[in-house]
Amino acid sequence: MWEQIRSNQWRSVVLAIAMGLVLIGVGYALGLYFADNGIIGVIFAVVLWVIMNLVALFQGDNILLSLSGARKIGPGDHPRLYNIVEEMQIAAGLEKMPDVYIIDDQALNAFAVGRDKNKAAVAVTAGLLARLNRDELQGVIAHEMAHIKNRDVLLMAVTSVMLGTIVILSWYASRMMIFGGSGGSRRDSGGGGGGQAIIMLIALALVILAPIFAQLIYFAISRKREYLADASGALFTRYPEGLASALEKIASSTQPLKSANQATAPMYIMNPFRQKGKPAADLSSTHPPISERIRILRSMGGASLTDYNKAYSQVHRGGGSILGASALAAAPKAPIKHTPNKSGFVQDDDANELQRARETSDVLWKMNKYTTINCKCGTRLRVPPDFKGTSVKCPHCGTANSVA
Amino acid sequence: MIGVWIALGIIVVLILAIVALYNGLVRLRNEVKNAWAQIDVQLKRRYDLIPNLVETVKGYAKHERETFEAVTNARTIAQKMSDAGAQARSKAEGELSSALMRLLAVAEAYPDLKANQNFLALQEELTSTENKISFARQFYNDAVLRYNNQTQMFPSSIIAGMFGFKSGEFFEVTESVQREAPKVSFS
Repeated sequence: MWEQIRSNQWRSVVLAIAMGLVLIGVGYALGLYFADNGIIGVIFAVVLWVIMNLVALFQGDNILLSLSGARKIGPGDHPRLYNIVEEMQIAAGLEKMPDVYIIDDQALNAFAVGRDKNKAAVAVTAGLLARLNRDELQGVIAHEMAHIKNRDVLLMAVTSVMLGTIVILSWYASRMMIFGGSGGSRRDSGGGGGGQAIIMLIALALVILAPIFAQLIYFAISRKREYLADASGALFTRYPEGLASALEKIASSTQPLKSANQATAPMYIMNPFRQKGKPAADLSSTHPPISERIRILRSMGGASLTDYNKAYSQVHRGGGSILGASALAAAPKAPIKHTPNKSGFVQDDDANELQRARETSDVLWKMNKYTTINCKCGTRLRVPPDFKGTSVKCPHCGTANSVA
Repeated sequence: MIGVWIALGIIVVLILAIVALYNGLVRLRNEVKNAWAQIDVQLKRRYDLIPNLVETVKGYAKHERETFEAVTNARTIAQKMSDAGAQARSKAEGELSSALMRLLAVAEAYPDLKANQNFLALQEELTSTENKISFARQFYNDAVLRYNNQTQMFPSSIIAGMFGFKSGEFFEVTESVQREAPKVSFS
């Protein structure tokens, strides 16, 4: 079934190629304007793109993770999160366990990085850990795991670098064209003014319009990959309701994510720049409207890719399809599970929110190297890392607790 | 002369096709093997968790001897079956699952136990291990389906027959055992 998803990526690849053509067009226009030779411009643009790609390839993940202020955790720091990631790694059939990160932010969001499937990472915010129950968290992690498995991270990295290159090139070029007067090495003896002027105007128009085109294409790719990640996420968990309910909670939260920026937006499960009360989805959005994503997930009759596709075209009034016919023909049946986390084992419903919030704050304190001591009277004492004494007196009951 | 070249070309194309089909089958068979190994890892992990869990529950619920014995016995049987085929094994594992569910249902009746940090940690580990087993099973069954499709569909079925690729066995958990509601007596 993975082969199908991969073979289905050609749609995204076509869009990526369209973006590449825009890049080449900008380069050509630039070359024509400044050097009278389009090819030189194209070479310049492509070389710039390759250099930026190399930077992104070797440092991208680290840059992204440190920009968002994410901290790496181990299995003992937050067993539930770590376990869920491990469960989804197994369900997705990934060979290597991704690194797990927590972002100290009360907003509800999550993202995945990793161009290489075997060197990936998922990051979730502290707010998400506290608010979502086990089923919902599993749904979110499944969505992120799907981004890794479907190679979206790679695709989005390559295209976002392409977008960046186009934006940078046209920004400088349009300013040079408008304010710099005549282009540097433009032939003075060149042909008559008329033809020359028209070419210049076309070049200028192209340079100004290019970033807009590129951005629209980029958003289109991003939205497509979001749908696909929802579909694969439902397939991994065999429980679309988990993700649907998580999206609902995320949508109703008003906390903005402090550490996101435009470049990293597509990697989050939810557009971090969404504005309250505005249906955040049109051509200029990285994510499909959340209500629509929920509606699709909730109207799935089974958990397979075919079921998702059916639900997708239902919600779109019979129009459109997210997967190609060849992918659907080979997709195996997958019934929905009714107890994704055997309910007899762990009670983790919304009533446990307080406990989850405590758990999460424990991890955050621990990440800041504070020691947590549970006093007999039920009070939690946080001991800073530079604490010198050997015991702490509980402010509630007066018991002296020794600092291990 | 041209006839010879054409015949030679056909033979080369045929050999290439056979190699490609053969390699595809080997790849799928390895996938099935890897998926099976993953189930194995998780089942073993469950065997390791059980004694710890039983000891913790025993400390609070001394009178539930029958439940403890059922779990311990089911574990011993499941461990013995670990070299058996998928079908025999899945039956034993299903019984272990339901014995464990009964044990955890018993724990519900002891509030002190439910507040025990060690028990809560074990409960999370067990839940996750159960989930991992079920996801590993899901992935394994998908892999078997893909592999079996290849071994049975023309033209790779010919290659499968020639080189002895046997169909894989699904790992199904008997639904009746899984769905059975835990019986608890509070007398």
